Amino acid sequence: MLLIHCPYCGADRPELEFANAGEAHVVRPKDMDGMTDAEFEKMFFIRDNPKGVNLERWRHVMGCGRFFNAIRHTVSDRFLKVYKAGEPRPKAEEIAELLK
Amino acid sequence: MKNFNAINLAREALRRHKGWGQQWRNPEPKKDYDVIIVGAGGHGLGTAYYLAKEHGITNIAVLEKGWLGGGNTGRNTTIIRSNYLYDESAGLYNHALNLWETLSQELNYNVMFSQRGVMMLAHNVHDVQSAQRHIHANRLNGVDNQWLTPQQAKDYCPPLNISSNSRYPVMGAALQRRGGVARHDAVAWGYARQASAMGVDIIQNCEVTGINRGAGGEVTGVETARGTINAKRVGVVAAGHTSVLMEMAGVQMPLESYPLQALVSEPVKPVFPCVVMSNAVHAYISQSDKGELVIGAGTDSYLSYSQTGSMHILQHTLDAIIELFPMFNRMKMLRTWGGIVDVTPDRSPILSKTPVPGLYVNCGWGTGGFKATPGSANVFAHTIARDEPHTINAGFNLDRFRNGRLIDEAAAAAVAH
Repeated sequence: MLLIHCPYCGADRPELEFANAGEAHVVRPKDMDGMTDAEFEKMFFIRDNPKGVNLERWRHVMGCGRFFNAIRHTVSDRFLKVYKAGEPRPKAEEIAELLK
Repeated sequence: MKNFNAINLAREALRRHKGWGQQWRNPEPKKDYDVIIVGAGGHGLGTAYYLAKEHGITNIAVLEKGWLGGGNTGRNTTIIRSNYLYDESAGLYNHALNLWETLSQELNYNVMFSQRGVMMLAHNVHDVQSAQRHIHANRLNGVDNQWLTPQQAKDYCPPLNISSNSRYPVMGAALQRRGGVARHDAVAWGYARQASAMGVDIIQNCEVTGINRGAGGEVTGVETARGTINAKRVGVVAAGHTSVLMEMAGVQMPLESYPLQALVSEPVKPVFPCVVMSNAVHAYISQSDKGELVIGAGTDSYLSYSQTGSMHILQHTLDAIIELFPMFNRMKMLRTWGGIVDVTPDRSPILSKTPVPGLYVNCGWGTGGFKATPGSANVFAHTIARDEPHTINAGFNLDRFRNGRLIDEAAAAAVAH
């Protein structure tokens, strides 16, 4: 079981309190009627699914109930960083630094 | 390769079985092949077998990063059934079931296919309605499936607890009598043995690290841990690692990879006559011919390539198993393990051409690919040989996520399966 740090509660809590909510930073456009089929497919179905560093959303359902983002390695399952929803996507250099 | 038959068995018995020889060759990779299959699991080896047998293409390499049958083929709970809701799925899985029934004879290799019946339990009104909808749809598609009352379910599987005081009361069950189990390792070995005999090179410990493309974007071969290997047609059959491989050719997939766990108990005398599944609590159980209870659990909720899963998933499954079968509550579990499953948004597989000419993909089997092994391999071989899908897998294309024509078994079952 994972031990997950909630950036809102400021505490390490067991995975059972959380729900994974898929890939982070998927932007739903304001004008969905104007999307092409290819854009809709990319937004709705295509997923990064990396073997390595993954940016993902979690929700602290059995705690504060809020969504946040995390950087996690999908081979070791280790969390590298958690950050609040709305904060910008971490840059590649920052992720490389976290991996050291 | 020596055939398994009564005369050879008698002859070998007289010389202490020292003359059987290797069951498949272990060749060095050549520079060029007609077709490369990436992944030597059941689906990949089967694809090579049907390419050689039905389409006359024998200059094939099957590349495997680990050992033959060491991925999800050797990690599943071996359940075989075909009672899916939609027409496309019924066609594909029933094609597989038809092939399973003669597979041991066809391969001259005992895959221990046992049609002991697969019973899917209903625990609430929604389950009952969903199961009956499946049964009616199945019957229209010529797929056997029948409704059992709780007492009929108990008669078919005596260890089942049908008490109304159970945490998961049994309100009935759907039974597919043609379903059952097979020996998963033997499926990979049987296909490998026949494919190798027809000239297919099975190359183990040979991880693919890149997919090469020509000036027109078409596939020209692959880079591997053992050098460059050329082929104009490449079929990717790599289960949980499909996204990683397809990325090498610049194709992004609608897949997510999760750990799925299974476990076996200590072996006991035969006590459990069939396969029982419960979608609502996500538990599967059957008894292997060795006597172990084989139990399938659920997936973790997050992406991972770790090939292990969380303990609380196993605990949830075992809680349910013990409620359903109280007689197992003192049994010891011997081993647990995990495999990485590639899950599509509609929980149906992808057997398809891709935007890259010469590149084909067979993936997205999620938590239930073993049952389809012969059917999947058979139609995927057709897709590669003819450069167009078989009518059976035409609907399972990659384009469906763009044009919206999904085969939404996810919504039909309300769980991954």
